[in-house]
Parts: sequence; C-alpha cells; structure tokens
Amino acid sequence: MRIGVALRELYDSESALAGELLRLADRHAEEQEIHHVARDLVRWSREHVREIVGAGSRYGLDLGEPNLENPEPPTEEAGELPGDDSDPELLLLADLRRLYRMAAGVSLDWDLLGQGAQAVADADLLALTKRCHPQSLRQMKWADAMLKTVSPQILTS
Amino acid sequence: MASKDRIAEPWGSRTPYGPGEEWPTRVDSHLAEGVEPDQVDRWVRSATILHSNGDALDIAVRDGRIVGVRGREADRVNHGRLGPKDLYGWQANHSPDRLTRPLVRRDGELVETDWDTAMDLVVRRSRELLDEQGASALGFYTSGQLFLEEYYTLAAIGHGAIGTNHMDGNTRLCTATAAAALKESFGCDGQPGSYTDVDHADVIALYGHNMAETQSVLWTRVLDRLAGPNPPKLLCVDPRPTPVAREATLHLAPLPGTNVALMNGLLHEIIRRDMVDHDYVDAHTVGYDELVELVAEYTPERVADVCGVPAERIREAAELLGGAERLLSTVLQGFYQSHQATAASVQVNNIHLIRGMIGGPGAGVLQMNGQPTAENTRECGADGDLTGFRNWSNDAHVADLAAVWNLDPMRIPHYTPPTHAMQIMRYAEKGSIRFLWISATNPAVSLPELARIRALLAQEGLFLVVQDIFMTETAELADVVLPAATWGEKTGTFTNTDRTVHLSEKAVDPPGEARPDLDIFLDYARRMDFRDRDGRPFPQWHDPESAFEAWKRASAGQLCDYTGMTYDKLRGGSGVQWPCNADNPDGTERLYADGRFWASPDRCESYGRDLVTGAPLEPAEYKAMNPDGRAIIKAAEYLPPHEEPSEEYPFALITGRTLYHFHTRTKTGRAPQLQKAAPEVWVELSPDDAREAGVSEGDHVEVASPRGVIRARARINAIRSGVLFVPFHYGYWDGLTDEEVGRRDRAANEVTVTDWDPVSKQPLFKTSAARLRLVGPGGGAPAPAPTTTASRPVGAGTTETVGGPDAASEEHVTGGAR
Repeated sequence: MRIGVALRELYDSESALAGELLRLADRHAEEQEIHHVARDLVRWSREHVREIVGAGSRYGLDLGEPNLENPEPPTEEAGELPGDDSDPELLLLADLRRLYRMAAGVSLDWDLLGQGAQAVADADLLALTKRCHPQSLRQMKWADAMLKTVSPQILTS
Repeated sequence: MASKDRIAEPWGSRTPYGPGEEWPTRVDSHLAEGVEPDQVDRWVRSATILHSNGDALDIAVRDGRIVGVRGREADRVNHGRLGPKDLYGWQANHSPDRLTRPLVRRDGELVETDWDTAMDLVVRRSRELLDEQGASALGFYTSGQLFLEEYYTLAAIGHGAIGTNHMDGNTRLCTATAAAALKESFGCDGQPGSYTDVDHADVIALYGHNMAETQSVLWTRVLDRLAGPNPPKLLCVDPRPTPVAREATLHLAPLPGTNVALMNGLLHEIIRRDMVDHDYVDAHTVGYDELVELVAEYTPERVADVCGVPAERIREAAELLGGAERLLSTVLQGFYQSHQATAASVQVNNIHLIRGMIGGPGAGVLQMNGQPTAENTRECGADGDLTGFRNWSNDAHVADLAAVWNLDPMRIPHYTPPTHAMQIMRYAEKGSIRFLWISATNPAVSLPELARIRALLAQEGLFLVVQDIFMTETAELADVVLPAATWGEKTGTFTNTDRTVHLSEKAVDPPGEARPDLDIFLDYARRMDFRDRDGRPFPQWHDPESAFEAWKRASAGQLCDYTGMTYDKLRGGSGVQWPCNADNPDGTERLYADGRFWASPDRCESYGRDLVTGAPLEPAEYKAMNPDGRAIIKAAEYLPPHEEPSEEYPFALITGRTLYHFHTRTKTGRAPQLQKAAPEVWVELSPDDAREAGVSEGDHVEVASPRGVIRARARINAIRSGVLFVPFHYGYWDGLTDEEVGRRDRAANEVTVTDWDPVSKQPLFKTSAARLRLVGPGGGAPAPAPTTTASRPVGAGTTETVGGPDAASEEHVTGGAR
C-alpha cells in the first residue's frame, strides 16, 4: 500500500506552499493585497500540514512539525519571463505563476490521496481530503486572479 | 412654527407614530439672518448633499444669492425634515475662498490662468501619454458628490472613449462594500429595502451604523417610532456609545475586526433554534447547507471569546432577530470599513434570507451609502462597475453597452477587474499611471497612510489634475486645478440610499469662472475630439437633460431602469424610486418582493467573489452554483484582523464621522454653526484607559502607529475599553499656524494602515493598532468634541454643545400625513 507515500508527498508540497505564500507576502510587502491575503492563506496550508501529520501517524509515518516560519526557498528558478530578476514587476508575475503551479500541484496531490482513501475505504482520510482540497483550489484560483489583475498594467507600461 | 437650535437638538421635536402609520410631516427651514420667508425671490428644487439620505429641500434665492433652505413636506424620504448639516451647510457656497479661476503650475507655483490654457495642458498631456503608453497611463478618481449626468459622462469618457480600466470613486471608501455585499447575495447591486420599512418594522438591527449621525433624518424617523405606540426593538452593534446604542434594546460592542465571528454566532443560534423559514430557503436560495455547516462551530461561547461580548448577549440578540416578524437591518462603516468587510455584510443579508424577510413592508435590508450620490457613481459606472450594473466579465453585457455608446466593444476594457482606488494609487506610486484626474474628492486627507499618499501624488512623473470648489490639500499638489460649480449652481439628478431619485436645479450662478463638472468633462471630450463609430462627437450629449436621456437608454432593461423618468416628471412630484419604467411608471418601493432576484447567470451584475481570497468566480462556476438565479447564501469563516493590538501598540484605533461634519470639512468647516459645534480634532477613550494613561478630559495626547503620529485633545466617553476613536474630518486647510507648517499631526489618516477588503477593495479604517500618551494638561478645558453625539463625555461639567442665536431654525409640525 502506498498511501503513506501520497501523504508524505502532500506533506512536502503543502509545507512548500505555505513557505511560498510567506515568501510572496514578504517579497511583495508593498503590494498590500498580495501581502495580506497571502498571509491569510498560509493559515490554511499550516492547518492542512497539521492534519496530514495526524493522518500520517495512522499510516506509520512520523512526519514531525515542519518549520513553516523560515521555509527553505524553492529550488525552481524565479525568472521565467524575459527580463532579469532585478525587475520587481516581472518578479511579481513570476512569483504568482510559481504560486499558481505549486497550489495546482497540492490540489492534484489531494486528488490522489482522495482516490486512495476511497480505495482503502478510509472515511476519515476521505473527509480530510474533502476539507482541505477545496482550500487548495481556492489558493490556486487566487494566484490566477491576482495574475490576471496585475498583468495588464505590467505588460503595457 | 417653533424656533429650534438644531445644533443643540440635532433631531428636532418628536412627532410620534405607530406601526403601519404614515410618518407625520414636519417642515424644517433655516434662512440667513435678517431674511424673512416673504423676502425670498424663488424657491428652487433640490435635495440634500452632505450625507446619503436624499432629503428633498428647496433652496431659497434672493437677489441672485442662496439665502437658506426649507425641507419639502411632500417628499417620501424626509416628510419635510432636514438635518443640521443641511440647515447650515449651504453657507459654504458663498465662501470667499472659492476657486474662481483655473490654476496651472509654473516654476513650482500654482498661478491663475484661463480655461483654454488649462484645458490645453490637460489635453496635450493626455495625448502624449496615449501615444507613448496607451490608456493604461491614465486614471480617474472621482467622488460620491457629483450628479448622475456627470458620472455617466465620466464613465463614457474613461471606459468608452479613452478605454482605461483605471476609474474609481471615493465611494470606494464609503459604499463599495454595500455594492459588493448586494452583488454577492442577490447577484446585482440595488438596495432591496425602503426607508418606509422603518414605519413597519418590529425589530430594527443597526450593524456598525451610527444612523443618528450619518443619516440624521432617517434616525428622526426611528426616534418617532420609538416615541409612538408599539415601538420597534433596536439591536445596535457598535464599539462606540452612539446615540443608537443609547436607544437600543440591546447593545453589543464587539472588538474591532471581529464582525464575521459575531455574525456567524448569531446565525449559529438562529439555525440551532430553527428560527428559519425553510420554505423560503428551499424556494428562493442556494447555499444554505454550506452555511449550516460553517456556522456549526461558532457557538456563543467561542464567539464571546473572539469578540469580547458575553455569550448571553449573543443569545439574546439571536432571539431578537429570530423572533422578529418584520426585521429591518441597516449596515454601514462599522462593517464596511472593518476587517472582512464584505463577508460580514453578507451575513446580514443571510439572516434575512434564512428568515425569508426580503421585500415585504418592514422586512428589508438597507446596505447603506455614505455619500449623497454614491448610488449614481455605482450605477453609472464611474467607480469600478460597468455602466448600468452590467457584468464586466459577461461579453454580451459589454457588447450591449458598446452598442448603446456606438463604440467598438474592444475599446471598453473588461479583461480584468476594474482598478480600484487603492490600486490606482499604487500604480501612480510605481509610475505606471502618469496622469490622474481627481474630481470632487480629497485623497490627501481621506486615504489611509497620508505620508505615503502625499508623496505619491506629489511625484514629479505624475500629471495631477484636480477639479474642486476649494483649494484642498489635494489641489495644492496638482499640476492643473479646475474650478468647479457645486450644488445649487448646476442642474442634475441624484439618487439616495433607498433608490429615490431627485432633481437638483440650478439656483444661482457659480462664482467667477467656475463651471459645472459636466461642462468640464464634455469640454475635455470635445477638445480630445472623441468620436463614435459613425464619426459623431462622443459623448453624443451636451447638457444635463440630454445626458439624463442618454443615461436612460443605458439603463433600459437593467435593474436600475430610469426609462420611466423625465426631468419634468421629477419636477412634478418629489422623489421617484427606481426601477421606474413602463411596468412601474411610479417607481418601485421594494425589490425582490416576489422572491425573484436579478441573479440568473446571463443577467447578474457579478458572478461573485471568494469571500476570503477575493478571487472572482468564473462564469462556469457561477452557472453550476446558481443556474436558476436564486439568492445566494454565502458563508464565510472568521479570520483574525491583519493588524491586532500588541504590547507596543495596545489599542485598536477606529476612525469615523461626527454629526456636524462631512468628509474633509471642505464645506461644513466653512459653515460657522457646524464648525463651532466640532471645531477641532479629538480622540475618544474609555475611563479605564484614561486612568491607566493618566489622562483627564481635555488633556493633550499623542496617538501613534507604525505609520505616523497625531496630536489631539482627549475626550473620555463610554467607548469600549481598548479602543480609541478619532474623527477623520480634520486636515490642514485651516488651523495650521505659521510655525506648524510642515508639521502634519492632525489628520486621523496619518496613523491608519494601508489594507483593504479583498472582495470590495474598501480600505479598512477600523483596524489599526495604536498607542496613546499624555503630552500635557488641557488646563481644565474639555475636548473640542460635541456632547450631543457618540462623543458625549462620561463626566459631568462639560459645557453642552449649542448653536446659539445663529443656529435658530424654524420647525413647523403640521402633524398630518404628507
């Protein structure tokens, strides 16, 4: 059975998303809405990680509390649009694009875990995925919405 | 006829009445000293402009000058009454410091010039930027105080002719959340209720709404019900000891920033006790199950911990709301300008939806406005909305508007949510908006974190046009200042909080070369040579009445349908509520009486937003959620405020209004009776907090936040401990002595935080953390705060606020029905 693998994957991706939200809030503190909402949304990911740790123990995993206050920077490169990293506007677009993809990854991981939970008939685990998955989707949609909101001005000026 | 000092008695005499009866008439008037009614040459039809109540009045004219005002007895809104600001505020029109000539900046100084020179500069800079960067370089920031015809014209120029997405009004600070909450719950903006609901209600709940000071005539109506037989019960939610709180059956004073927790607690109890109209919920709403699930954990005990309100009071409040037969709820800035603004206001709508109390007499919601013409900013699209409550993410709506304007739909920006005021300022700060035209508002005093706002408006790279009637703190930073005419000097219509439209006619000429805002906008359009698809000059209208007729075509078939109105019809009676069309020729008292909403996917103004993240829903998501266009019950979890009191900044600071002033006092500060009633800034704190800080009534104190510092005199009142209140009206156009120039420590917004609700984008003025310290003794003099209002002191011995002989007003209780 590989439920544990899926839980560990989710633990990693959800922790990384929490870290990324904090980093985004920090890096773009002058973009007040991004700063504040990103910090609000960290709460969901932290709560998810706590729940995953709890569920993991039932599958023999000792995941431990991650350090969400000082997360590791993501390994992925930042600049993916033409231009250099010193352009804060392009950096903002790049950061939102990365957040979107990370949230989409987390969402997929919840999907996977939900499939597994159904297959092993673990009602508690299924309920957990139903609680958390919609919030990952909302995080993803937020990144998309912010990208749509700020990009026209950045691209035309 | 009785003489009343309406500074000392802001709400005048009682005319008690019972449930279902007509509110008796009482005609209030005030004429300049020495002018008798029979010396008045003409009475000119208008309505009140210094709040959102929309009270009908007539302007007295003698020898070409305004000499007073008189409430209109026949009007549905006020039945003849006027508030203090209306009785005395008109005097500001005559101020010797009105702007009378255009000004342009030369060598760093603003100097007088002629209209051609000023407008040529504006046009040249517009064209340069359109060539160089395109429409994204231009932004417009307007008001809640112009007329419908002016907003419609501005929207057509900005969204249609120029094609910029950067247009908003200062309504963003006052009424954006009302609009957002209505869109979330009912699919479209538009006030469901009517002021006449006060006549019928058995319970009236006021959420963060100090009605006594913000809509004083509506409060008079409530007071008259309270004085009559079978009075309604009142629920007041407010951390301040407002006149509403003093009259309330039950007063809850939650900690600032915790409104969603409180509302969820009330909903929890109403649902737990099954005080729910299940038939209504089943037939007319979606989302009830999600609400039940979400509020399940908000027990009164848990909510009590979050809000600092006893659990028993929460139960009592739920009982009051759940037991009402005709529940009227009103909401204002205590919710709109606080943390989770839209989420909290939507929960008020939810109470009505689950209780099935929408659209019946006395069963209504009034999501209030703060400004006289805020409703028009919204419906005309001079804020972020698309003209006529159209949906910017529905291509068919955009095409429809383009057809009305006879423009290519591609010219109307709709690829992204409209840029809201705070984001416009951010773009200006970053240098991508390089032309900003501000009309009839004063952001250099009214926006949060003023040091930042002043700096960004003063930037070299920003071409700033300011259109106003006085040299405001904002105008001082402008490159071009355009002198405008004001109320009484121009003709147009405006619409109040309960959808009542009034015509306001020109009574006198504007001073000097000042021009109506409509003329200025149209002049700009002609000089820019905007054209429609057939090569005709655009906008295709040329004066107030032709603008109104054009607007009617844009409103046709929309919820805010004006097609049944004409200027002549508005001259005939007094006050018509939209929608007014062939089906409803006399207007419409209440919306949604039949449980049918303006919410079907092809009709709705908005697909809604996520109440936590603010992300817009995609059309497909909305269609799946609400295919039949029912009302939407939207649940929201509570999140702690972004800035909470800390060891360093132990107080929650809230800002707000006082009865005697409006906005940044540009008019009320120039009306002697009003200015004298509240001459200078103050800070309110509780007796416990005062004791701890060693502060006595009237002492000089300093209030500081991470953003800045203000100095004020201390008023010790019955405000909730841990909370400070500072009125936001006081800026710097008066009261700065020579040695103080450069020291800016009077405006409340020096200390407020830059943060906004992610749904409505309304800035939050009720959740800044601050500290307070004693600066020096006040020498026994009390704080310069009124004693008649929420700022009433707890201690005895303070001189009562009075107006004196100058404030003598007439009050004629006719007692009958209108």
